[in-house]
Amino acid sequence: MSAKEQILARIRRALPEPRPDTGIPRDYLAVHGARTPAETVDLLAANLTEYRAKVHRVDEDGIAVLLRRLLAERGSESVLVPPGLPPSWTAAVDATLIHDRADSTAHQLDAVDSVVTGCALAIAETGTLVLDGGPEQGRRRITLIPDHHICVVRVPGQVVDSVPRALPLLDPTRTLTWISGPSATSDIELDRVEGVHGPRTLEVVLLGAQ
Amino acid sequence: MTGTHLGMPAFPEAAREAVRDEVLRANLRHATHTIRDKRARAVAELEDWDRLRAAGKAVKDHTLAHLDRYLLQLEASVTAAGGTVHWAADADEANRIVTELVLATGEKEVVKVKSMATQEIGLNEALEAAGIAAYETDLAELIVQLGHDRPSHILVPAIHRNRGEIRDVFAAEMGGWGRPAPEGLGDDPRELAEAARLHLREKFLRAKVAVSGANFMVAETGTLVVFESEGNGRMCLTLPETLISVVGIEKVVPTFRDLEIFLQTLPRSSTAERMNLYTTMWTGLGPSKGADGDGPSAFHLVLLDNGRTDTLADEVGRQALRCIRCSACLNVCPVYERAGGHAYGSVYPGPIGAILSPQLRGTGSEIDATLPYASTLCGACYEVCPVAIDIPEVLLHLRERVVQGGPVTREGIRVRIRPADGHTAERAAMRAARILLDHPGALRAGERLLARARRLRPRRLPGPGRAWTDSRELPELPEHSFRDWWAQREKAGREKAGREKAGPAKVEPAKVEPAKPEHEKGARP
Ligand code: SF4
Repeated sequence: MSAKEQILARIRRALPEPRPDTGIPRDYLAVHGARTPAETVDLLAANLTEYRAKVHRVDEDGIAVLLRRLLAERGSESVLVPPGLPPSWTAAVDATLIHDRADSTAHQLDAVDSVVTGCALAIAETGTLVLDGGPEQGRRRITLIPDHHICVVRVPGQVVDSVPRALPLLDPTRTLTWISGPSATSDIELDRVEGVHGPRTLEVVLLGAQ
Repeated sequence: MTGTHLGMPAFPEAAREAVRDEVLRANLRHATHTIRDKRARAVAELEDWDRLRAAGKAVKDHTLAHLDRYLLQLEASVTAAGGTVHWAADADEANRIVTELVLATGEKEVVKVKSMATQEIGLNEALEAAGIAAYETDLAELIVQLGHDRPSHILVPAIHRNRGEIRDVFAAEMGGWGRPAPEGLGDDPRELAEAARLHLREKFLRAKVAVSGANFMVAETGTLVVFESEGNGRMCLTLPETLISVVGIEKVVPTFRDLEIFLQTLPRSSTAERMNLYTTMWTGLGPSKGADGDGPSAFHLVLLDNGRTDTLADEVGRQALRCIRCSACLNVCPVYERAGGHAYGSVYPGPIGAILSPQLRGTGSEIDATLPYASTLCGACYEVCPVAIDIPEVLLHLRERVVQGGPVTREGIRVRIRPADGHTAERAAMRAARILLDHPGALRAGERLLARARRLRPRRLPGPGRAWTDSRELPELPEHSFRDWWAQREKAGREKAGREKAGPAKVEPAKVEPAKPEHEKGARP
């Protein structure tokens, strides 16, 4: 008997028929509290900040200048961009733009200072950004290896209130990366230290009419 | 499940040793109290917590009741998405499958994401025996691995080590595994984390094979989910060419939507955060993966039984399979706090370990026979459990099995176990309890009362009260000292937490009416 047959047979012996079919009570809340779209964006900003992401607000006209400033302040000389990132966002950037290519290796990415991406959506109640590998976000590895990640969220359009609101909008066949702040650990005496293996600095740009 | 750690003493002896270790106790106290207080605040933020808890319990119970069907559906989904599914009836089989998969890639090293399942089967040791080096990449697991140590907590496995000890381990051991620790390494957590970052980055960037577990597997879509915070999980799940995930069969949930429950309850119960910092969800190889270097080009899922179907066969004990490994029950357990994780002699410490290990492994060894006694039955573990596992109920059930014997399932076969000789286990356990709690009289009385009360008391309210009791315990009928003792402790903890955090921190309503302590030393700090 194969292991599969063996395991299935054991399960069937453990659970004699008929099996109970109790439903799942779904009376938990879809959203916690009532908020206007603007308040939802404020909550996202507050929760991201609490988890030590740096949050900036800007409109379409200001994003190029803001990104230039953020990269310059950090002294970034090279910045990685996914294939579908709107060129207008990085139009004023002084740093060298590096376009991610399928054949660029992890070691090559390790030499880059910063990365700028969009996102699939953001969740206000938990302060979470979700990336699904779309053209504005690029491959998973580009938001992982460089030490500085700037993520642009279109507000209010890309912001949802809660986790239950987020899942129906996501495609499970794509690899999903949920990010709620910069990489951190509390493994040493529960002292929180930012940046173990992922980016040490996460900046979030809320892009919309101000 | 592989046997207990070599030379592992039974719980009472191990606990006695741990209780004498002042450093260990201080480290543990600090840790458990900090996480416990934070968790209460994070949970109190969600007004529908009890409904989420009931839903999480229901999803798990429903899945377990149809486990064969959901595993077959999962297998079909993962296969359709380009993954390969393997089934392993026990630890040896799982280790053999993984070893062969690694050897087939021609590689001699793997990077690992922290995973209870691979610890349970002793995978690192099995790989080592085959000449394959397995590198743990979670910072705490790295500390444990470099220190030739064992994990002592589910979430923070190196919690028993303080910064000075960690510094010494890094300075002495890193060089033997790869990039050495920097000269003159200090004991600041920042410096230590940086040393680990540099040491491990070297491994991530060259690794060709990764081994992980998973927190959830979705039958409907074939999606696997890993929760983490450091980014080491993302590194392992993204960069290598081959990914091998070893996952217990109880980790399956039916639908993608079901994740909405656990994405809310697991992080808050575990790290006491609204969301863990990183969550990765992947589905087989996906449509675009492999070709553009975005993620592994080969994915293997090893479905692990190793005592789980035996546990499933026990109507009372099977609820342990609902566990989502959040570790909340460890942090509230007065016995864990004193004894530490090592005393439990298994990768699953604390209250959940006390009910899971003897079921996965059987109660044949002395340690497994004494584990059901590693508890005061105070009920705090049940109160915090996000999937409402009635740990005290299972403990009592297992004690009965040990002491009186009875039917159990071992490797799929129904057998009767004989009663333990002269109640050895109980006597041993009482010794442990005395050392741990200094209240032997109260403990015995409490145990008896609680045991009796639990049998007599209605578990569910009839009529309209039913919905309320579906996710709550009815208040205890008889007042007894441990409940009071516990309620006092909790109250003191919350007051402390309230003082520390400015503003009106909403706290969990006490489920037990705080009553006057019956003995003077009722409220321990
Ligand atoms: S038993 Fe419950 S509280 Fe304990 S680790 Fe499992 S899910 Fe968490």
